[in-house]
Amino acid sequence: MKLTGSKIFVESLRAEGVEVVFGYPGGAVLHLYDEIYRSKSPRHILCRHEQGGVHMADGYAKATGKPGVALVTSGPALTNAITGLATAYMDSIPLVVFSGQVPTHLIGNDAFQEADNLGLTRSCTKHNFLVRDVKDLAYTIKQAFHIATTGRPGPVLVDLPKDVTAATCEFTYPQSIKMKYYNPTMQGHPGQIKKAVAALLEARKPVLYIGGGVINANAAPEMTELAELMGAPVTPTLMGLGGFPGDHPLSLGMLGMHGRYATNMAVNSCDLLVAIGARFDDRVTGKLDEFSMNSKKIHIDIDPTSIRKNVHVEIPIVGDSKVVIQQMLDAMKSGGKFKGHPSKLKPWWNQIREWQDQHPLTYEQGPGDLSAMYVIDKIYEMTRGEAIVATDVGQHQMWTAQMYHFKNPRCNLTSGGLGTMGYGYPAAVGAQTAYPDKLVLAVVGDGGFVMTMQEVITAVENNLNVKACIINNRNLGMVRQWQQYFYDRRYSFIDLSVAPDFVKLAEAFGCVGLRASKAEEVVPVLEKAFSTPRPVIMDFQVAYEENVMPMVPSGAPLSKMLLV
Amino acid sequence: MRRTISVLVENEAGVLSRIANLFSARGYNIDSLSVAETLDASVSCMTIVTHGNDQIIEQITKQLHKLINVIKVTDLTEGDHIEREMVLIKVTTEPATRAEALRVADIFRAKVVDVTPKSFTVEVTGGDKKIDGIIALLRPLGIKEIVRTGRIAIGRGN
Ligand SMILES: Cc1ncc(C[n+]2csc(CCOP(=O)(O)OP(=O)(O)O)c2C)c(N)n1
Ligand SMILES: [Mg+2]
Repeated sequence: MKLTGSKIFVESLRAEGVEVVFGYPGGAVLHLYDEIYRSKSPRHILCRHEQGGVHMADGYAKATGKPGVALVTSGPALTNAITGLATAYMDSIPLVVFSGQVPTHLIGNDAFQEADNLGLTRSCTKHNFLVRDVKDLAYTIKQAFHIATTGRPGPVLVDLPKDVTAATCEFTYPQSIKMKYYNPTMQGHPGQIKKAVAALLEARKPVLYIGGGVINANAAPEMTELAELMGAPVTPTLMGLGGFPGDHPLSLGMLGMHGRYATNMAVNSCDLLVAIGARFDDRVTGKLDEFSMNSKKIHIDIDPTSIRKNVHVEIPIVGDSKVVIQQMLDAMKSGGKFKGHPSKLKPWWNQIREWQDQHPLTYEQGPGDLSAMYVIDKIYEMTRGEAIVATDVGQHQMWTAQMYHFKNPRCNLTSGGLGTMGYGYPAAVGAQTAYPDKLVLAVVGDGGFVMTMQEVITAVENNLNVKACIINNRNLGMVRQWQQYFYDRRYSFIDLSVAPDFVKLAEAFGCVGLRASKAEEVVPVLEKAFSTPRPVIMDFQVAYEENVMPMVPSGAPLSKMLLV
Repeated sequence: MRRTISVLVENEAGVLSRIANLFSARGYNIDSLSVAETLDASVSCMTIVTHGNDQIIEQITKQLHKLINVIKVTDLTEGDHIEREMVLIKVTTEPATRAEALRVADIFRAKVVDVTPKSFTVEVTGGDKKIDGIIALLRPLGIKEIVRTGRIAIGRGN
């Protein structure tokens, strides 16, 4: 039987097991929306802005490990979606985003709401497609999901001209796919594995440095086994948080620009640095020529371009983190070479503990202003590190990374690579869509929240009971901090004192608004929020000038960290 | 160092712009680029001449390889290979220098493909040295216009 392109679209999504599409309608996608209207599945969630919709798909994907799907119309809708695509691209999040396009015969004519969707998204997608013939539609969708979810994951855009969604053809969804020239390497090279294991055995001051790749590969269990077998310290990047239990005795917490003193010292002084699914980002390394100068380096990554991009590595291993760690574990366990190994790292641990005692991560909640760190600490205590926490970008994001010891993978939703303000709230909505009964928090700044707060309406409409915690310091805190340190407190356009009353705003949106401005109000407000089965917005009115410490000034080496 | 990289790509709309975009987005240089179909019409061959240190070249080849439409990336510089470029040179000549210009063309085995009373155009094919040589000798005699194909290259033997 012949089906329309729109019907093929819906049937293909079903065949891919897509449960939910985040979208916003418009002229070029009218046929698709008509088909969505008639179909019961997949579920469609109406975002209130396409950027929000793509961030929702991103939060959904991060929380579930399944690809997130979004649908937007042509022109301005696609340009709105670009921030979401670029965010997902930098963080390697699998998305399939469908955009409407003007009919094929009008392409290139500056037609109404026409944009060069492929051109615009080429540099912020893993790949993109324009479907010119309905006969190619099903196969293209299959390819899009395949590319988005395999190898180093990423967003894929499929551009659908209006006439293609109306045209008809026979439909069969391809069962499997084999792309001749696209074959990501999964297995590590056996020779390299051997070399790596020898280096692990030899090292007396190792550090395991893990990134988002560990989470993408679902390698957290293998990661724990590896660390425990060696007795080695583990430090996650911002994206790696939860890839190893944050409360594990072997965890050193995050490294890098706002990493802990002891952690950065350990990275700088180690004799073997094992990077797994991480990419030596400048926020991690500080000044490159002085980064961990005396260590041998092993780098495991599924993307060959990540290896030796900015740091010289002695033992590169291209492959999937989960598979490669398992290969190493198998080699390590045969012959019992690593029996009793942890005791050999005793002196190293003594050194690390000493650094930790010298400069622990602390804050003080005095009688005065409410400390943002206190709020985040209480959030951690009350949820025991088990909630799904989306953050926005800024100081609150770094405090969350420092203080919220994520126990599990896929609970930390944050825009690490692009640093997109406005990401947090919609990402939380996306995760809550996947897990309606789990506790999902959005820890956001008073600046970033306002960038995408229209999505509160989406949460209210769909009974997605996201608990938003606005860390309200009445300024663009992270920018203010830099202006304080490096521009003599010349506070240039960071003040946000003029702002809506967030409690009233919450009520106007149809959700529950709560406020805490004193330390003793924090726990009761959180308790109230967690026990309210509705979307809640909490306004935590915190100190104006609290800073994220320690801090490596940009371009400085890790060793030159500012401590106060 | 200069490198000649041969890239086989799927012959699809937009592939050239993906490659060009990769070079511009990451700040790599393209010294020359030439593209055309291969025996298999669904595959095109691009010859890209670029330069950079070893680390940059390693990144360029890996990044090219990462593009979904790229089939094969070969850095020909390392192995034994042949490089050619074709150039069309239009020379304006005074009566006094005309003979000299024609002699130069002849020495370089360039073919005269167009003649007018005041100018002629030659076609010359060769490697870098030959092309640079003829240009250097014709320049003082009056080159009016020059059009180059960019280099193409092929490995020797199998
Ligand atoms: C879209 C976007 N614009 C600008 C920035 C630059 N920026 C980074 S952090 C920050 C301040 C964020 O302020 P707020 O949301 O209040 O969070 P805080 O730092 O105060 O916790 C800004 C402006 C950004 N990351 N993203
Ligand atoms: Mg703020």
